[in-house]
Amino acid sequence: MWDSTVGKKAVMATSGLVMIAYLVVHMAANAKIFLGAAGFDAYAHWLRVMGEPVLHREWGLWIARVVLLASVVAHGVSAYQLSRRDIKARPTGYVHKKPRATYATRTMRWGGVILGLFIVWHILDLTTGTVHSGFEEGKPYSNVVDTFSTWYGNVIYITAMLAMGLHVRHGLWSAAQTLGVGSRVRDRSLKAVANGLALVLTVGFISVPVGVMTGVVS
Amino acid sequence: MKLTLRVWRQQNADAPGAMSTYEVDGISKDMSFLEMLDTLNEELIVKGDDPVAFDHDCREGICGACSLVINGDAHGPERTTTCQLHMRSFKDGDTIDIEPWRAAAFPVVKDLVVDRTAFDRIIQSGGYISAPTGSAPDAHATPVPKPDADFAFEHAECIGCGACVAACPNGSAMLFTSAKVNHLNVLPQGAPERESRVLDMVGQMDHEGFGGCTLTGECATACPKGIPLFSITHMNKEWLRANRKDKRTAS
Ligand code: HEM
Ligand code: SF4
Ligand code: FES
Repeated sequence: MWDSTVGKKAVMATSGLVMIAYLVVHMAANAKIFLGAAGFDAYAHWLRVMGEPVLHREWGLWIARVVLLASVVAHGVSAYQLSRRDIKARPTGYVHKKPRATYATRTMRWGGVILGLFIVWHILDLTTGTVHSGFEEGKPYSNVVDTFSTWYGNVIYITAMLAMGLHVRHGLWSAAQTLGVGSRVRDRSLKAVANGLALVLTVGFISVPVGVMTGVVS
Repeated sequence: MKLTLRVWRQQNADAPGAMSTYEVDGISKDMSFLEMLDTLNEELIVKGDDPVAFDHDCREGICGACSLVINGDAHGPERTTTCQLHMRSFKDGDTIDIEPWRAAAFPVVKDLVVDRTAFDRIIQSGGYISAPTGSAPDAHATPVPKPDADFAFEHAECIGCGACVAACPNGSAMLFTSAKVNHLNVLPQGAPERESRVLDMVGQMDHEGFGGCTLTGECATACPKGIPLFSITHMNKEWLRANRKDKRTAS
């Protein structure tokens, strides 16, 4: 699997789909912020006790974290190795240049890097609070409001979500081709699903900082 | 028509190359692109210069030998082979850039000629079927369902020109390889090697140093035979199936 460009790409597609599935859940859960501090903080608490009593406290959360970390690493490593190979396979460019492919397609690599950096910043900001002065453990609602009360918090977050939308737009469609489920007949619906989901995710995630900025959430 | 040509000139594989500028006059709209280059070469020979080397053979769009990147497009602005491209696609006074296929796996031999034997080795690794020798079998001995026959014919159209590799920003040979794999894998005649064919041909493709697919779709846009991008999707499916089924690959 890993020795072949086709196999490695299948690993990239599968790990990407795992992350997209997570994003859908994450976005839907974020919307709870519009229900006020009690609802949102209760949800954050539930994340820690989910699966109980079958699982111990925080086990469910840690399982999700391990799966996600494995996906990010598998995805990043396969993307890096395949990109290196692709660049080597075309050492000389054409003198006569033409704009090629769609914007979403051309920005997969840099968009991916932006997402990787964002994931790190996001965890340090709202999970551990390392880069967040005034962070209060166990008070996610006020931490979120606090983050989106700074201009740089908004800029970083909104830029990353636009990059995420573009990445998912090409990524979801791409993953279908890589895993062999795309076809001429299915292409219109597949593109509609990819574009639609990318749009819903982008708008859904961005609604939170916009909510804080406009005072709907405070 | 009078044209300015900017042509990639390179003495041999190891020499550095550069674009050289030439003027050609008296080009008719009915000439093919290669006839236009013949006109240039006749003038160069008369002047005692080295003619521009370029590949060509059938000049009727079926052999896959011709190979030029014209103004940044593999096989030029029309969806056809360079030999079937006519000068009516250009205007008097145009400047035309002419470059060779660019890919690590297709090194330049001279000027516009590149070495495409990597494709031959991909074919050798699995682009065949096992068939009894001797007299030809009855035409209808092996029934093939119509949709499968159509699918095989669509992919059999690939002439192995390499425009897909030239157009791909990753120098990937996925479209070519998928055309060859799909053509044989869908047919009953190709069934005995169905798994080893796709595993070995993709393996050889990787081994030759072609890049991977990022689904930009440039290959299918450039292909003079209209091999669709979904051929790659289909080959991915075949590869994943074979990888699951046949761990003991006959390599
Ligand atoms: C660590 C940060 C990331 C990097 C460096 C990265 C990079 C890449 C690259 C280079 C590709 C290949 C693009 C192409 O084939 O044209 C890709 C594809 C993809 N990415 Fe990411 N990405 C990252 C994060 C993510 C995230 C967070 C998601 C989930 C939403 C995701 C989902 C996908 C999917 C589904 C594909 C399609 C796989 C395929 O091409 O078949 N990626 N990524
Ligand atoms: S797939 Fe099309 S572009 Fe590629 S080698 Fe075959 S005919 Fe040429
Ligand atoms: S010379 Fe044979 S296809 Fe162009």
